[in-house]
Order: sequence, then C-alpha cells, then structure tokens
Amino acid sequence: MFDASANLKKRLKSERRFQIFCITAISFALIFVLILFLNIFSSGYSAFYKTTIAIDVDYSQVIEDTTQFAAMSDDEINKLDLFRFSKKSIYSLFPDIEDRKEKKLLIRIFSIEYEDEIKQFLIKNKENIKKIETVYLTASDDVDQVRKGNYPRDLPEERRRIKDIQLEYYDILENNGRVKYVFNIPFLTRGDSREPELAGVGGSIVGSFLTIITVLILSFPIGILAAVYLQEFAKSNRFTDFIEININNLAAVPSIVFGLLGLGIILNVFGLPRSTPLVGGIVLSLMTLPTIIIATRASLRAVPPSIREGALAVGATKMQAVMHHVVPLAMPGALTGTIIGLAQALGETAPLLLIGMVAFVVDVPSSPLDASASLPVQVYLWAESAERGYVEKTSATIMLLLGFLILLNLAAVLIRRKFETKW
Amino acid sequence: MGLFLILLVLTIGAFGFLIGRLKAIKLRSASQKKITSLNHYYGYYIAIFAIVPSLLVFLAITAFQGYIVEVYVLSDFIDLNPNLLASDKNLLLAQIVNTSKGIELFDEISPLVTDAVDKYIYIEELIDTLTYVIVLSVAGLLSLVAYVKIKSNLDSRKFVESFLLILFFTCSLVAIMTTVGIIFSLLFQTLKFFSQVPITDFLFGLNWSPQRVFVRDSGDLDTRDLQNAFGAIPLFAGTFLIAFIAMCVAIPVGLMTAIYLAEYASPNLRDWAKPIIEILAGIPTVVYGFFAALTVAPIVRDLGQNAGFTVSSESALAAGFVMGIMIIPFVSSLSDDVINSVPQSLREGSYAMGATKSETIRKVLLPAALPGIIGSFLLAVSRAIGETMIVVMAAGLAAKLTANPFDAATTITTQIVVILIGDQEFDSPKTQAAFALGLTLFIVTLLLNFIALQVVKKYTERYD
Amino acid sequence: MNKIKISAKNIDVFYGDKQALFDVSMDMYEKEVTALIGPSGCGKSTFLRCINRMNDVIDICSVKGNVSIDGHDIYDKSIRVESLRESVGMVFQKPNPFPKSIYENIAYGPRIHGIANSKTDLDEIVETSLQKAALFDEVKDRLHQPGTGLSGGQQQRLCIARAISVNPEIILMDEPCSALDPIATAKIEDLMSELKKEFTIIIVTHSMQQAARVSKNTGFFHLGKLIEVDSTDTIFSNPGNQKTQDYITGRFG
Repeated sequence: MFDASANLKKRLKSERRFQIFCITAISFALIFVLILFLNIFSSGYSAFYKTTIAIDVDYSQVIEDTTQFAAMSDDEINKLDLFRFSKKSIYSLFPDIEDRKEKKLLIRIFSIEYEDEIKQFLIKNKENIKKIETVYLTASDDVDQVRKGNYPRDLPEERRRIKDIQLEYYDILENNGRVKYVFNIPFLTRGDSREPELAGVGGSIVGSFLTIITVLILSFPIGILAAVYLQEFAKSNRFTDFIEININNLAAVPSIVFGLLGLGIILNVFGLPRSTPLVGGIVLSLMTLPTIIIATRASLRAVPPSIREGALAVGATKMQAVMHHVVPLAMPGALTGTIIGLAQALGETAPLLLIGMVAFVVDVPSSPLDASASLPVQVYLWAESAERGYVEKTSATIMLLLGFLILLNLAAVLIRRKFETKW
Repeated sequence: MGLFLILLVLTIGAFGFLIGRLKAIKLRSASQKKITSLNHYYGYYIAIFAIVPSLLVFLAITAFQGYIVEVYVLSDFIDLNPNLLASDKNLLLAQIVNTSKGIELFDEISPLVTDAVDKYIYIEELIDTLTYVIVLSVAGLLSLVAYVKIKSNLDSRKFVESFLLILFFTCSLVAIMTTVGIIFSLLFQTLKFFSQVPITDFLFGLNWSPQRVFVRDSGDLDTRDLQNAFGAIPLFAGTFLIAFIAMCVAIPVGLMTAIYLAEYASPNLRDWAKPIIEILAGIPTVVYGFFAALTVAPIVRDLGQNAGFTVSSESALAAGFVMGIMIIPFVSSLSDDVINSVPQSLREGSYAMGATKSETIRKVLLPAALPGIIGSFLLAVSRAIGETMIVVMAAGLAAKLTANPFDAATTITTQIVVILIGDQEFDSPKTQAAFALGLTLFIVTLLLNFIALQVVKKYTERYD
Repeated sequence: MNKIKISAKNIDVFYGDKQALFDVSMDMYEKEVTALIGPSGCGKSTFLRCINRMNDVIDICSVKGNVSIDGHDIYDKSIRVESLRESVGMVFQKPNPFPKSIYENIAYGPRIHGIANSKTDLDEIVETSLQKAALFDEVKDRLHQPGTGLSGGQQQRLCIARAISVNPEIILMDEPCSALDPIATAKIEDLMSELKKEFTIIIVTHSMQQAARVSKNTGFFHLGKLIEVDSTDTIFSNPGNQKTQDYITGRFG
C-alpha cells in the first residue's frame, strides 16, 4: 500500500534536483568568500616583506675621523650633501663598470632614496660609526617584484622594465649573499609615495583612525540621545512619525549622496577644510547615525516595561527612570550597533572621494585638520596605479582593512555575548 | 584657540557645578527643611547656565567671523571695483592670509594688499580678543545669576530635566536636518544646472560628454557647447544594465540560499553558514571593486574571447557579476526573514497532504511569501543602483549606449565620481550635472525603498 | 473602624475611546488591608493604578473624577507625582527588581529622594527595609549580589522592601502572588498582616481565598464597575448583589 508509484518516484527525483540547486547556490556563495580571501591574501602577504641589498659604505670618506659624527646633530647630518658619495658607494659594488649607462642601470636597482637611507644609517649609529659599514638599501620595485616572483623573468627584454644586465647584477649580488629579505616596517609607518617600494599605509591608517574617532565622538552621543528621545519620550504624533520615516530613509540612501551633501554643504557652505578626517568624519557620522539610532531603539525596546514601572513606582521621574535604569540596560545593544556602524564607516569610500580625501598625501597626518587619505581610499588610489608593485600593496592594505573590520566585529560580538541580558 | 576657550568655559561650568551643590547643601542644613531637589541638580543648574549660552554665543561668533573679516579686509578692493567676483574675492583673501603668515607666493605685492594684510591681522586679533571677553563674561555672568536664583523652593530638577529633554529632541532633529541638507544641496545645484541645460535634454538626451564643456573656460560657454553634452540616457541604460546583471546573480543565488538555510539546513549548518554569507555584506565595496577589476574582469575577457566575443576589459558583465555577489546577503537575509515568518500551519497543511518538501516550498511557501520576497528584491535593486566603488573601479568611464554585457558601460554613480573627484569648479554646468545625477539617484532609490517597505509591511501585517 | 485614608469619588478611566472604569467611588481605611477582587479585565488593576497615578505613564489613558489621600486631591496640579509615589508605594504582579545588587535595589529610592544624608543612613535604611520585608536574614550575606539572582518569592519581598524604603504610608499590591508558588505566597501573606500595622495596604487579587485571608474590606469589580464594597466577612458570607454571589461561588470569572 505504501509502495512508491512511478509518479512519486518522479516527484522524489525533482525533490533531489531542487535540493541540489539550493546546495549549489549556497556553495557558490561560500566558495566565493573563500576565493576572494585566498586571492587577496596570496597576492598581498608579500607586501609585508621587502628586498634589501647590502652595500659597503666608507664613511671615512665623508669625515676622516668617523668619531666626529657623534658630535654632530641630526640636522647637521641631514644637511650634508652625500649624493655623489652615495652613488660612489653603490658603484663600488662593481668597480669594473665604466660605462655611464651601465652605471645608471646599476643605480636603478636601488630605490630612489638611497642617499637618505645612507644618511639615516649614519644618524642612527653616529655614536660608533666604523670606517666601513655594511648598509642595507631598499631595492627598487622592479627588483623587489622579481625577487618575489611577481614579475616574469622570461619575457623578452624589451617588454620588461628591468633590463638583462640589471638582472645579471642582481643575481651576482644574491650569490654573494648581499640580498636580504626583511619585514617591511616602513610599509606600516610611512605615508604614500610615487615609488611603490617606498609607499606605506601609515598615513592612511592614521587617517582612518582619526576619521573613525570623529565619527565616534559625533554619532555615538547624538545617536543614542536621539534614540532615547524617540523611544522613550516622543509622543506619537505626525512629527515623530516624520522623524522616523526620515531615519529609515537615510539608512537606505546611497553613500555617494552623503558625499554630495558633504561637498555641497559642509565644504562649500560651512567652509570646512577639504580632504580632512574632520569633514570625512562628519559625513560618515551622518551616514552612521541611522544605524546607531535603529540599533539603540531596538535594545531600548527590549528593556521590559516592568523596569520602568519599578523605578516610577518608587517616585523616580521619567527622566530618572530612563537614565538610571533603561539606558544602562540598553547600552550593550547600543554599543554593538555603534561598533557595527563604525565598521561600515571604516570601509566606506565613495563619499570620501567627493570631499577630496583622495589627495596624494606623503605625510602622516597628525590632527583631524590635516589632509589625509584613509585605508579604503588608499586601496582605490593604488588599485588605479599602473606599477606592478602597487598590486601587492593594494592587497596588503585590504588585508589590514579586513583585519581591522574583523577586530571591530569581534568586539561587537564579545560585547553582545558578555553583557546582553535576555529578558 | 577655540579649543582652549571651550576648555575654559567647561572649567567655569565645572566650578559652577561645585558651588551650586555647595549652596544647596548649605541651604539644606540652614533651613532644616526639605528642599525641592537633590543637591547635584543645583550644581547642574549653574553648569547649564554657564556652559550652554556661552557656547552658543561662541558658535555664532565663529560662524560670522569669516564674513566680517572678508567685508572689512576687502573693503578697499570693493570700493575700487564694486563688481568683484566671488572667485576673485576668495583668491585675494587667500593671498592676504598667506602673506600674513609669511608665505609669499607672488613676487610683487601691491600696496593695497599690504594694507589689507595689516587690516587682516588687526581684525583677527580684535575678534579673537572680543570672543574671549564676550564668551567668558557670558559664562561668568550667567553662573552668577544662576547662583543668586538658587533658593530652597527652586525646582532645579525640573529645569535640568527639561534641558535634557530639549537636548535629546535636538539630537533627534539631526536626521531631519540631514535629509534637508541633502535635498537642499542637491536641489540648489540641480536647479542652477537646469537653468542652463533644459531638463528634457538631460532626461532624454542620448549623448553624455561633459568633458566637452570642461575643456572650455566656463566663463564663455555658449549654448551650442551645452547641447548634446548632458544627455543622461546612456548613464541610465548603463546603470540599468549593470544592476540587471547583478540581480541575475543575486536573486537566484540569494533566494536559493535563503530557502536552503530556512528549510533544509540543520541548525548547526545554519549557525555557521549564515555568518559566513553575511561576511559578504561586511566586505568594503572598494575591495569588491579591486577584485572585479583585477581578477574577475580578465577572466571574463579571456572566457568571452575564447567563445568568440569581443569583450571590453571593463565589461559590464564583470562589474555586474561582482556586484551581484555583494548583494547576495541582502537578498538572502531578507528572504530568509520573510520565509521564516510564513506560519508553520501552512507547511503542515501541505505535508499532511503528502507533498514533498520542494513541492511545499514551490507551491505553498513561495507564493505565500512572494510579496515579501519581491520587497527584498526591490531593496536589492536600490542597493545595486546606488553602489559606487565597484562600478568606478571595474566599469567603463565613457558613456556609450549599449545593451551588450561584454561592452563597457558607465553608471550614474561612476559619472558623479568622475566629475567630482579632484578639483572642481563650482559654477560650471559640469559640476552641477553631477548634482543633478545625484538628485536622480536619490529620488529613484527613495522611491524603490518606499515601495519595498510598503510591500514588506503589508505582507507582515497579513501574518500578524 | 479606622479613619478613611483614601477616598475615590466618581472615577472614570478611558484608554483612548474605550472606557475602562465607570463611576467608581470607594473609601479605603488607614492601616488596614483592602482587597479588590473580580474577574480579569474588570478594571481592578486600573483602579489601583489611579491611586499612585501610574496611569499617567500611559499616553492614551485619561482619568476623570477625584482621588484624595488624607483629604488632599492627588490629581491637583500642585501635587508632584514623584512625591505622591514616594508616599504611595507599589508592588507589581511579576517581581521586577532592577538588574542591580540587592543593596542598590533598595538604596535607589532613598537616593533619588534625598532621604539618606550619609552612607550609614543609607545602610540603615536598607537594613530596616529588608527586615520589614522579612528578607534580611536570608540575604544579609549577599547584599551586593544581583537581586535578579533571588528566588521568585524573595524577589517579590525585595520589591516590597524597595517600596518600603522611601517610608510610604500606603502600599499598593497588584496581584503580588500570582507568579509565586504556595509557600512563597504564604510568606507574603504573613508579611502583609505584619505590614498592615504600619501601612495602609490595597491589594488586587484574583484569588478569593487570599482576599478572605488577608483583608478586612473587599471591593468587587465587574466590567469596569464597582459592584459592591463591604467588609470582607459580609462579601463572602452574605453579599448584597447577585453578581457578587455568582462570582464568589464560582459561576463565572
């Protein structure tokens, strides 16, 4: 009696097919997450390392008695003209080279700031400079990319930026043990640069940090107080409805429109300085506010009315009941909402492009009124650059950005786990 | 200097708090009877009087300072040339400010400028001093008034609480002010734009090439240049094309994912699969843009070329595909909610008749949840239309009217960024065009959201 | 008979357009327990909430009529509702301690009313309140642990202690035992007979036995009207109204 008829078999087959479709869909989404992360990580991790090449520098050619360096101030050393001296130090790697063109090519396997690096070594070790020191200089981007295997050596020479002879020099240096692959600290501390091997995310990390702090300072108090007003005090009338509709709509307005607001009002009417974390922060705050307000209201709503009644019944005013009991209980939810809003703001790019936070900024900003970039904008800027070296830098910046986002979200989850009360 | 003044005012406020509290304590012990409010409310009473009005005065002065300085410093120039343009005024002012700081960008400085520099330094100092005097005396005087007003029958709690309520209310107005700000900034520039370019040209024109206007000095544009430069149809078409491709990816994948998670997946699987899919929503869009431009676009090009198509390296397909991936979690989590809110009794009714799970889903659940699901699609479309970074980085920049997904297409958001990135000339029709595009975008997304929310609301009401 | 403490005259209560109480007039006496009984939704809780103006909290609720305590109209404009609630405490259906320590739960009221001048004063108030609520011995070692960690009956006594902490004259109890087991209920009832020496107690209850056990006077509400009010003995042995008769014999409710 319960035998499967032919019809039922067909139906069960179609059931199987449907399930397979569903599983394909969900695997597609999951695999994409995996591919994206693998792709970014595999191309980005190498940016945390850089190639350096050792040269021998004879500092006694600058001052015969190298102990005298100790008496010089950093400024004085910085003002020395060591340009020719530095060049000569590099030439000394291959004393046989006579041809000027070849000499030039040799110089080009080093990054452009070799003179400065030689000076900085001197400043750092001025107390006990030996006559001849081994100084590790940053290799140029072309060499760096070859070393990292990102740049094919087997292309015909005319299609490569790096010439055969330079590769020859490099191989000799590597065989002599002069090439060292080190952790790229300047990448984390320096500002942007036109030379990929010298470019760092320090400036944009600080820029992002200053922007996010501005967002926090502005949107956290305003968002929470607005939510408290709407949830606890507002009489239900047309005006309150209007505010609510506004907030829900703002949550769905495309981010670039907030950029237009920033450009049209904050820059042009209020005249605040362009390209600064202050303006970026203000624009992103306006964007984050709805998220915070909606989350805070939800957690205020979750506080049971009996708590308010308990406080009112002992004679607290409404304000006291709300501020002493309801708001502290809703705080974990409000904080979680704020952190999620901050994470959104941290990853936001489009509005910042319009208020000029795309400027090329070499200096690490020191206040919210300095021109600066931010991490996502840095990603955009470098992604648009042609040099091969920026690709790994872009991926590495994304890794840092994702890292910060994961930290923020983790904090939100922890707060929720630890403090949230179930009613 | 502003920061220091604010700190001073706050210090006065803190001091006011202490003396207010002290007076309340004294009153309490002197009168031996109950006074209306707790001691610290009297402290806050003075603090509010000290801080709030003086800070408002400070804000007002700061707001008008620029204007006053400009009028005073440039008075001589305006006497000479009453029709000085706004841009020239700004240039002059910048020169004067720079010179006063010792930065000399110009070889020759006219005596008029030297005079103005002196005037500038004088007025800046004067205003600074006056600001200090006025703000601090407002804070001091009002604290004193508040101190005198404290009596045992003063209901300071009521005052403090009313103040807080007004403060809270003001905060909730920020949302309205933001909307007003958006509409004002968009509308203002858009109206200027339409005064030069007819609205019909913008909405129905087939040719978008604002750079034509850009190369000319905006001062002597004639109408010929403006004709045929601002037809937004190619942008609308490109936006639609890319959003359509995105929805082709996001809707089936998102919906199937939602169905699987809601109906088939074990709670265990659901617990870890859902957050992973939500990661897709948390990844910054600039990351998708980078991925689309650098990884997906070349793959699409190679695949297309192998199949015998000519594929642009910035194809609409690549951008749309990646955008679709980004939108998956929106579709799936919204649809998930909707499917979950279908009452269990409907499912049971279907199972009781011997239907299989997929039959139940297709014949009972989806029809029942359809309005809600459509609502979630609409929200996703609005998201796709407003998305910026993916298309800026992976879609084309040149406007071309095409329906071919292998071709490069440009979008509204891309053009806004292309026009406004870097330095803008504020009075050129090109810049204003970007605001007109922004207004279009704002209206379209607002409508989509409004409709979507109405649909979802109607739907949830049905099962409440 | 004691003197009249609370006197309600011609009370009408509306929730929006819906009328919840119709012309209720009732006197309640000092240092006695008055019980309000009736089927659910009959308006007895609404009436109770008129006495400390807890109905003010609900936006759409409006109260007409006159309630006076010791002859003072409590709906008068000059009355501060917070002071009113200081002298009219309330205990709710479900125990609702603040999610704070036991100590903080009780100290909150005295703090906001400025009753305690010093830490030692406050400690003393906390201790006596807990003692009066017959809870002190059970919690004296864990005053600084969360009040929400107590058992249901203990939580309810904590809420009674919280109400006592601001020296009220009247305590309103809104079905205080409906969420408790019989043993905890018995403890609260014992407590009430102790408390009535000091406070005027009005209790809303759905349990007629409880009303019979603890109260001296009883009012019977039905569909928003006060059907009958008399001494508890009379109500239960010889009610004057047929509806009361039907209710106490279990025909409806």
